[in-house]
Amino acid sequence: MKRRTILAGAIALGLATPAFAEDPLKVGFVYVGPIGDGGWTFQHDQGRLAVEEAFGDKVETIYQESVPEGADAERVITQMALQGADIIFTTSFGYMDATNAVAAKFPDVKFEHATGFKREHPNVSTYDARFYEGRAVIGHIAGNMTETNKIGYIASFPIPEVIQGINSAYLHAAKVNPDVEMVVSWVYTWFDPAKEADAARAMIDQGVDVIMQHTDSTAPQAAAAEANENGGRVFTFGQASDMSAFAPVPRVASIIDDWSPYYIKRVGELMDGTYEQTASWGGMPEGEVVIGEITDAVPAEVKAEALAMVEAITAGEYHPFTGPINKQDGTAWLADGEVADDGALATMDFYVEGISGDIPN
Amino acid sequence: MDLGAISPTLLIASLMVAATPILLAALGEMMVEKAGVLNLGVEGMMIMGAVAGFIAAVEGGSPWLGFFTAAMAGAGMALLFGFLTQVLLSNQVATGLALTLFGLGLSALLGQGYVGIKAESLGRVDLGWLSDLPFFGRVVFGHDPIVYLSLVLVAAVWAFLRFSRAGLILRAVGESHDAAHALGYNVLRVRMMAIAFGGACAGLGGAYLSLVRVPQWTEGMTAGAGWIALAIVVFASWRAGRVLIGAYLFGGITVLQLNLQTAGARIPVELLSAAPYLVTILVLVLISSRAGRGGDAPADLGKPFHASA
Repeated sequence: MKRRTILAGAIALGLATPAFAEDPLKVGFVYVGPIGDGGWTFQHDQGRLAVEEAFGDKVETIYQESVPEGADAERVITQMALQGADIIFTTSFGYMDATNAVAAKFPDVKFEHATGFKREHPNVSTYDARFYEGRAVIGHIAGNMTETNKIGYIASFPIPEVIQGINSAYLHAAKVNPDVEMVVSWVYTWFDPAKEADAARAMIDQGVDVIMQHTDSTAPQAAAAEANENGGRVFTFGQASDMSAFAPVPRVASIIDDWSPYYIKRVGELMDGTYEQTASWGGMPEGEVVIGEITDAVPAEVKAEALAMVEAITAGEYHPFTGPINKQDGTAWLADGEVADDGALATMDFYVEGISGDIPN
Repeated sequence: MDLGAISPTLLIASLMVAATPILLAALGEMMVEKAGVLNLGVEGMMIMGAVAGFIAAVEGGSPWLGFFTAAMAGAGMALLFGFLTQVLLSNQVATGLALTLFGLGLSALLGQGYVGIKAESLGRVDLGWLSDLPFFGRVVFGHDPIVYLSLVLVAAVWAFLRFSRAGLILRAVGESHDAAHALGYNVLRVRMMAIAFGGACAGLGGAYLSLVRVPQWTEGMTAGAGWIALAIVVFASWRAGRVLIGAYLFGGITVLQLNLQTAGARIPVELLSAAPYLVTILVLVLISSRAGRGGDAPADLGKPFHASA
C-alpha cells in the first residue's frame, strides 16, 4: 500500500515538473586517451572535476575515455547527445569532423571542440590554448641547458598547434644559443608510451640532450631518467600536465594546460543564458597555459629570465611570434616588430628559418 | 642529413628491446593457435601482465618477482578465456575481444595508485670481458635476461613443436580435434595448457613493456602491441622462426625509422611511419609464398570442441 502511494506520488511529481526545470545540466567530455595518461587527458579531466566542484548539484558530468579519432568518435559523441548531454566537450583535434557532423543532428546540444577550427553549425564552438606561449619559455630554458646543441622534439601530428610549438621553441632557443639544432621526430600518435620512449631513446643515442614532447604520456621522461642513471645528461619538460614525478631532473620545467577556467566559464554561461558561439584562444593571461615549477637544475639567472618572460606574456607585453622572423626558405614572414595575427598562427604550416627538414603533409 | 649519427650498435641493441614484447606475445599466441584455439585477447593479457608485473616489482622490490607475477596474471586471464571457450563453449572471437576490453579496464583500475612512480628495472647481464667487446659486446652479450629468455623460448617452442611427442599431440589437436580425441588424447587439457602458456607469454611481454622498455606504468600502455602480435602470427604462417623474424623486423624498422627521422634523413615521414607495417607484412608474405604452399593455418583453428561430439 505504502509503496503504491510513493509510486503515485512520484508519478504526480513527474507530471507536475515542467520539462525545463531543475534538471542538472548534463556536461559530456570525450577523451582521446585514458585519464591516467598523466598528461593531456588527465588535465581535461581535472577541468571536468573543477566544473563539478564549482557547480555542485547543478551539473552532472559524463565522460568517455580512450575514444579513437575517426568513426568511433562520431558514435561516442552521438551516444552522449542521445543520453541527454546539454553540452559536450570533445577534447582532441581529430574529433573535428565528427563533432561537426553530430552537431548538425542535435541543434539543441552545444558542442565545444578543442584545438580545432571548424564551426560549421551555430551550436559548435572551438577552444584552444596558446601552448606556443609555454613553448617559448621552455625553448628559452632549453637553449640555455643544451651542451650538444641538439634539442629533440617528439611531435605527434603535423597540425598547426604542433608546428606553432616547434617554431616557438626553436625561435627562443636559437635566440640564446644560435648554434642550436632542432631535431624533430614525428611519431603519428598522441599516446603510445612504447613508441614515445623509443623516439626519446633514438634522440638520446644521437646526442640530443634536451627533449621536448608534444605527446601525452610520461614515457619520454622515463627514458631520459634511465639515460641519466647510466651517466647521461638529458633534460625534459613536462607536457600538458606537470609530470612532477620526474623532477628535479630530467624534468626541469613543464607546460601545464589548465582547462578549468574555460570549462567553468562556458558551463556557467550556458546556465545563465549568456552562452554564445565562440572561437576561444586563451593563454597565459587567461590562466589556461601555466609554467610548472622550474627546478634548481636550471641556473638561477636562466630561471629568472624565464619567469620574466612568463610575466611579460601574461601582461600582454610580449608575443612569442614577434618579427623579424623569416620562413624556412628565407622569405620574410614578419617584419621587425610585427606580431603574428591569430589567423596566420591557426593555420601555420611552415617551419621558421633555421629548422631543417620538411613538415609531412 | 647526418646518418653517421646513427650507431649501428645502439640501433641493433634498441631494436631487440623494442621487439621483445611483441615477440613474446606472438610466440605464446602461436602456440595457442597451433592447438586450434584463437585467442584475440592478447592485448588484454599483455596489459594485465604489464600492470601486475609493475605492481609486484614495486611492492616486492624485485623485477624478477614482477615478471613472475606478470606471467601468472597473463596465464590467469588466459585460463578465464579457456574456461569460457573450452568448457562453456562460448564463441572464441567474442570472448577474446571481451578479454581485451576486460583487461584494459581492470588494469586501469589496478594501476590507479601506480601512475608516475618507478619500479626497479632489470639491469643488463654482465658477462665480463664478453660484454666489453666492441659491437658484439653490446649487441650479443649486453642485454637484459628477458631478451635472452625470449630467444631461448623461440628455440624451445620450435623444438617442442617439431621434435617432442607432446608437441606432436598439440599439433594433432589443432589440426583435427576429433581425430586426436578418437586416439584418446584429452583435447580439453592440451588446449587449456596451450592457452595458459600463451597467456603467460603475453603477460611476460606486457611486463617487459612496463618494467624495461618504457619503464613505468601508464594506462593503456600496450597501445595495440597485442594486435600486432596477432598479425605477426598469421604472417609468420605459424612458425616460431618466422615469428622471430617478424617481430624483429617490426621492432627494428620502428626503431630505425625513428633514428632516421632524428638523423634528418630526406625520406617522407609518412613512408617511414608506415614502413614497419608494410615491410613486415611484405617480407613475411614473400617468405611464406616461396615455401610454395598455402593454408598453413591449423585446420581446426577457432572451432569449438566438445567430447560428446
